Amino acid sequence: MALVNLANSNIQTREQRLGSIISYEGNAADLAQLSRDGQLRDRTRSFTQISSCASSCAICLLSLIQDAAVVNHAPLGCAADFSMFNLVNRYGQFKRGISPANAHLVSSNLTETDAVFGGIAKLEQAVRDAHTRFNPKAIFITASCASAITGEDIDAVSDSLEIELGIPVVTVHCEGFRSKVWTTGFDVAYHAILRKIVKPPQTKRPELINIITFWGDDVFTELFSKLGLVANFIVPFSNIEQISRLSESGATVQMCSTLGTYLAAGLESIHGVPEIKAPPPYGLAGTDAWLRALGRVVHKETEVEALISSERAAIADELSELRKELKGLTGYVAAGSVHGHSLASVLRELGMNVAGGCFWHHDPKFDNEDPKADSLEHLVKSYGDFPVSICNKQSYEVVNQLRRFKPDVFIVRHPGMAVWGGKLGIPTFLVEDEHFGLAYRGLLRFGRKIVDAVNNPSFYQHLAKHTRLPYTDWWLRQGSTTFLGAEE
Amino acid sequence: MSTTIEQPRQFCTLGGQQSVVAIERAVPIVHGGPGCSNKLFGGMAFFNGFQGSGYAGGNAVAGTNSCEKDIVFGGEARLREVIDGALKVMDGDLFVVLTGCTADLVGDDTATVVSEYRERGVPIVHASTGGFKRNNYHGHELVVEAIIDQYLEPAPQIIPNLVNVWSVLPYQDTFWAGNLQAIRQLLEGLGLQANILFGHDSGGIDAWKKVPAAAFNIVLSPWTGLSIAKKLEQRFGTPYLHYPVLPIGAVETSQFLRVVGDFAQLQNKDVDRYIEKQEAYFYHYLDRSADFFMEMRWDLPARFINISDSFYSLGISRFLVNELGLKPGRQFITDNPPEEYREVLAGQFAKLAEKVSAEVTFTHDGGEIGSALRRETFDQPPLIIGTSWDRDLAKQIGGYHLSIALPITDRLVLDRAYVGYAGGLRLVEDIYAAVLITY
Repeated sequence: MALVNLANSNIQTREQRLGSIISYEGNAADLAQLSRDGQLRDRTRSFTQISSCASSCAICLLSLIQDAAVVNHAPLGCAADFSMFNLVNRYGQFKRGISPANAHLVSSNLTETDAVFGGIAKLEQAVRDAHTRFNPKAIFITASCASAITGEDIDAVSDSLEIELGIPVVTVHCEGFRSKVWTTGFDVAYHAILRKIVKPPQTKRPELINIITFWGDDVFTELFSKLGLVANFIVPFSNIEQISRLSESGATVQMCSTLGTYLAAGLESIHGVPEIKAPPPYGLAGTDAWLRALGRVVHKETEVEALISSERAAIADELSELRKELKGLTGYVAAGSVHGHSLASVLRELGMNVAGGCFWHHDPKFDNEDPKADSLEHLVKSYGDFPVSICNKQSYEVVNQLRRFKPDVFIVRHPGMAVWGGKLGIPTFLVEDEHFGLAYRGLLRFGRKIVDAVNNPSFYQHLAKHTRLPYTDWWLRQGSTTFLGAEE
Repeated sequence: MSTTIEQPRQFCTLGGQQSVVAIERAVPIVHGGPGCSNKLFGGMAFFNGFQGSGYAGGNAVAGTNSCEKDIVFGGEARLREVIDGALKVMDGDLFVVLTGCTADLVGDDTATVVSEYRERGVPIVHASTGGFKRNNYHGHELVVEAIIDQYLEPAPQIIPNLVNVWSVLPYQDTFWAGNLQAIRQLLEGLGLQANILFGHDSGGIDAWKKVPAAAFNIVLSPWTGLSIAKKLEQRFGTPYLHYPVLPIGAVETSQFLRVVGDFAQLQNKDVDRYIEKQEAYFYHYLDRSADFFMEMRWDLPARFINISDSFYSLGISRFLVNELGLKPGRQFITDNPPEEYREVLAGQFAKLAEKVSAEVTFTHDGGEIGSALRRETFDQPPLIIGTSWDRDLAKQIGGYHLSIALPITDRLVLDRAYVGYAGGLRLVEDIYAAVLITY
């Protein structure tokens, strides 16, 4: 596969590699079909609200590697998300029984003088400071719009300081303007890891399963122990030694291909670690399929069937109660692509209707190019069709749709968007832990959470009564696609 | 000194967007990369006391999300599209276009694009806030100056007693909303009409239109906002009073009010009567809890160390020295004041009281601050009054810790104020809560 070129510090963006789009309005079945047929085209959007950029995604993942450091080569505003990742880091450490400590992040603080005369000396200083201050096992240098436009040769700095410091120093090309899809930032972070951190296997550890994830609670260790497997969470809260040995694992699984597509495919293509190609493990059908695909690769088919039976039996009674309680309720889901598909599956599995879904972008395929991993098609086949829009967090479109669909509950996976549901008086919650609704027991957790959200809507009702939306009456009367233009 | 910044406590020029968000019914339009505005919202608003989106902030901010094409071919056409859409979709009274690094580095003529709309009667201004230029303290000034230059008209007549207040920065100061309200109440107590311009019930564009009609401007700030007052003096002939200390507690607040009273030529007896009443309130509570201050301060912070901008480091130092009788350790000033103000600031710390002075370091690099403090020895636990970054440092040096400055992720902040008489009481409560919770 030509996917991963370790000789190049940079990679193609998602839109270049996968044909990803950020504008669509229609239904899920058509979107899946267009994707499969290679017919999906993005559309222009003339009015836009602010989005997010690749730099945040890259810095997030890399700064959560516990013994690495990140140097952001940028003006100080690009470091404005440091405190967010620091809180994510401390909260994750706390949940894992680690004493909370500040994340290892510095900025080279590019200024006007540097824009004119170059900021390479400051970058070198920042890398050396990061080395002295944190004693890291690796340093990642994240690029910025400013460093790219002024033509800074970060790769040269990485190469020379790697020799000087004796640890991997890796460039991460996460310049904000390069991609309209912020998840390109995950891909460039994983590319940096594949290039300079992951080593060829010294041994094979077939029982070890790489799990590409964010910071969710550990629901895998117990599940996997019943299969004789060991969960290896990457990359948040892992360490450089652990990542350097990813090539030795028996397989790689993902809870969300939006996050892990590049790393999973890269580990398979470079090091032969099989990627489990399956829909994500949310909802009964998805979880069954995901476990069976894993079982086939690690030769645990019998154990997997036993696990599926026992887990299904364990949740059957409460699931049926929850389905009765949630029957007839409608939910609206807004999340990053595949995780949005997963949340919609969970709602349907709980017996709810999905009034609609808004996903922050759409990848018509993944880097493995395997249709078995097509989460959207799985969702449509297992649970039926529903209205879908694709927008990169355009809150004016989301507000417009929420007012149209009037769901009983609004479920969001991404900071900054939940507030718009609340302001409309809709019981709303953010899925902070991406494993919350995962697998069999996750269904129950998620169902109970929805029951809690809809049974006491007082906060949302008061909020809606006393808030004022920043949108004109004219806009609230329009269709949400008003500003979508021609296909690009 | 290293140029590296660890644990940022201020951001780039584009942070001025939060000053726009703080103006009632104002709408920011960011002409920059896709992530700038969202990062700054996170750093300045959300992960800073969990201040939220507000009216047109957070993910409601209009933006061009500049991509490669806009860098190569220029982004002016995209900016026009977004302004056109914003005028239809966003329900606002004032639109403020702010540029990021991309637009300013590739040289988009944003000023001309925006002026075309203004000529058509659209209430819209433009501030050139490319992030690489300076910090968000300047970004705040640039936003205000853009409104003054491009939107305000001379007033037909001056409104006696109307005073514009230029003080703490919206959102950067986690307690700005409460602080500005507190300043308004204090000035109203003297019979003045305070135009605070930012935050709840500050009047939106009607209040801004009255800026040229003010009798005078108050710059209640060590240095930020002086350029605003000078511009207003130059453009509208409005005189200004510069009071460089954020007034916290009775001593400083009473002094501030007397200086304002003199400047505004108010009746001394009216000013005195108001101050007397406020001081009685303030000291009633210190007096009532005097037992605590006598008996429970055995583990009192032996030295307090401020790690915050010049507003808080100076204001809190003067309060703790002159009101609570505490002793300062080394003070760190993190807003990178321009060179010309540093000597004056250092001088104010050199004479906090007759026999009390403090050494000052100007830095916003958490690494430098940490290594300086780890080299020091303390007889008793020091008190670090800083940010949530400093929790680990406080632990390492065996000190107490209170977050009062950006970023604050260990407290939720709604309308709490530290300015004024009541604000001083709040600070005392919070400081000793931080001490007592340790046991």
